[in-house]
Amino acid sequence: MAKIKLSEKKIAELKEVCKSFNNEKGELINVLHKAQSIFGYLPAELQEVIAKELNVSVAHVYGVVTFYSFFTMTPKGEHPISICLGTACYVRGAEKVLEEFKRVLKIQVGETSADGKFSLSCLRCVGACGLAPVVLVGEKVYGRVSPDGVKDIVAEYSNL
Amino acid sequence: MEMVKLTIDGKPVEVEKDTTILKAAKTIGIDIPTLCYFQLKDMNIENRPGGCRICVVEVVGRRNLAPACSTNVAKDMVINTHSIRVLNARRTVLELILSDHPAECLTCAKSGCCELQTMAQQLGVRELPYQGEQSTYRKDTSPAIIRDVDKCIMCRRCEMMCNEVQTVGALSAVNRGFMAVVAPAFEMNLEKSPCTYCGQCVSVCPTGALTEVDHSRNVINSLADPTKTVVVQTAPAVRAALGEEFGLAPGTLVTGKMVAALRRLGFNYVFDTDFAADLTIMEEGSELLDRLTRYLKGDQSVKLPILTSCCPGWVNFFEHNFPELMDVPSTAKSPQQMFGPIAKEYFGKKLGIDRKNMIVVSIMPCLAKKYECQREEFKVNGDPDVNFSLSTRELAHLIKSANIDFNSLPDEDFDNPLGESTGAGVIFANTGGVIEAACRTAYELYTGKKLEKVEFNELRGLENIRHATLDFNGLPIKIGIAHGLGNARKLLEDVQAGKSQFHAIEIMACPGGCIGGGGQPFHHGDSEIIKKRAAAIYREDEGKPIRKSHENPFIIKLYEEFLGKPLGEMSHHLLHTHYFDKSQGTFVDE
Repeated sequence: MAKIKLSEKKIAELKEVCKSFNNEKGELINVLHKAQSIFGYLPAELQEVIAKELNVSVAHVYGVVTFYSFFTMTPKGEHPISICLGTACYVRGAEKVLEEFKRVLKIQVGETSADGKFSLSCLRCVGACGLAPVVLVGEKVYGRVSPDGVKDIVAEYSNL
Repeated sequence: MEMVKLTIDGKPVEVEKDTTILKAAKTIGIDIPTLCYFQLKDMNIENRPGGCRICVVEVVGRRNLAPACSTNVAKDMVINTHSIRVLNARRTVLELILSDHPAECLTCAKSGCCELQTMAQQLGVRELPYQGEQSTYRKDTSPAIIRDVDKCIMCRRCEMMCNEVQTVGALSAVNRGFMAVVAPAFEMNLEKSPCTYCGQCVSVCPTGALTEVDHSRNVINSLADPTKTVVVQTAPAVRAALGEEFGLAPGTLVTGKMVAALRRLGFNYVFDTDFAADLTIMEEGSELLDRLTRYLKGDQSVKLPILTSCCPGWVNFFEHNFPELMDVPSTAKSPQQMFGPIAKEYFGKKLGIDRKNMIVVSIMPCLAKKYECQREEFKVNGDPDVNFSLSTRELAHLIKSANIDFNSLPDEDFDNPLGESTGAGVIFANTGGVIEAACRTAYELYTGKKLEKVEFNELRGLENIRHATLDFNGLPIKIGIAHGLGNARKLLEDVQAGKSQFHAIEIMACPGGCIGGGGQPFHHGDSEIIKKRAAAIYREDEGKPIRKSHENPFIIKLYEEFLGKPLGEMSHHLLHTHYFDKSQGTFVDE
């Protein structure tokens, strides 16, 4: 595991998050949620800090992080791309869209492109089934995406 | 207490409300099979995740089968524990577990005492009907414990021991579904985790997923080497448990047969760790008296309580968790590590044997001893004071493999001079024993009076945390005792907070002390076995002509001839140690 050195400032911020939940053991999932929303992901060192603050073992924190698919230990890209694989999107060809994203970006689901620009993930239903198949880039929603449209979406962000 | 009447397998039974079906059945002699469930009665240790579903039973009127370990009885319940439906379901559950278990029984270290194997026999599994993907995970070998998680059935017993009982927190279930394993944080190797090598995970693992690092080969090779003088020392707890491996009743003392077996295996000298335990008392007891006297004189620099340091699992625990309290434990080495330099630097030199040509083997009820003997500070120019440490189980295997009929062996005596010990050395095996041995000596040295009765019954027992006040000629000495690291943590937190009232605290990492150690024959959750071993140890003590360490004639001679006086320069050099802060940066690679 690569050693990631969190800055003093970030550690202080993280401790503040734990404190906002009264450093309660039972709030571990909420703390991890909040931490991931701030840092984008949950690297090992961050989990060590949380374990210490909440007085639980690091193994336990890691157990929770690896149990829930929402939590990730890989940094997300600058523009995280999520493809909905819910029932409606799936029957309207989301899998082909996903394959095209993998081909264009040359990464697998859960990975981040070498330049750090894009990361790829799947999710289940964003509540926009009428627009199926749906793709999210950051918080922007793209509806009725076809494999042919993938290149255009990627291009939109490539030169930013 | 409210009572509930119900029927199990046609028999009426009345039990307290909130009793599980499993326990209710046991009261009328019905033994429902279990796999993930584990209990050590009287020690507050219970694992019932309800995960394996081996213990399912039929409850009339209930749609699905109920897990007996985690379903409470109810009024007028009618339960069938062996209907066709139950038997079929139980076997299917086991067949599914076996579908992702390596069929390596012939070569598995756990073969013969594996609960999964026993269950397959009991349920009559004769084929493996389900075939599918098999888990593949790397083997992780630490200095004391091997993790082979392909053999793990996710019973979570080790996790319960490591987290709830020991509060070590080295292991946790990680990932989910088929990928789930029990592992240290970030799936690092155990060696990088805060593991103390107490071995309690190994002692409760139902399969071969957690086993000890086997030193038998090294010992066999040493015995076969004509240039080596091989010396063996046996810890007190071994003689009270070794017999179990040869079909003898728990609590049978096999001291004489054990000595005879070791001699037949080819060890040149069969010595006793109990001798080193007596030596430990001389050093640790003197340190206690020294600190106490200075404290009573008002010396502000003295730290009290003094904590015992015989248990290597406990030493690892405070190095990882309480580094700021490192000056509180006694600096005395453990008996195993006191024996090493005395064997090599005193006994060996007397015989004109160079330490490089002497191999010291220890027989221990413990897995942490395997790690302890490899610690760098216990080596001289790379040569360890104690070369190899075998568990009680490994010794049993060694005896069997050498065609020795253990039960028909005559009783033989230890060799001298390092085989002579007192009853005080023997009771080191039990929780409360080290501090009792220390008090027998400290009392007489402090008061100058003879003890009328050497037993301190107030220090004995199996309660998790015990305390007693002893009268040293009008001076009240407050003693605390904890066994199990979770209980130790509680006492340590009081010391940390400056709230501890004790003058001395004894800590042993394993439930029951060394008799319940991670290297002992498997008790499979039967706490009666641990109690019988404890009783055997006290019997051995009672039968000893000398029961106080400072009266051991060979200890007296050792000080006269070689060491000088307790806490003297030579003692300091050979018999005392220092500790290391291991709390930082455990997981993240440099």
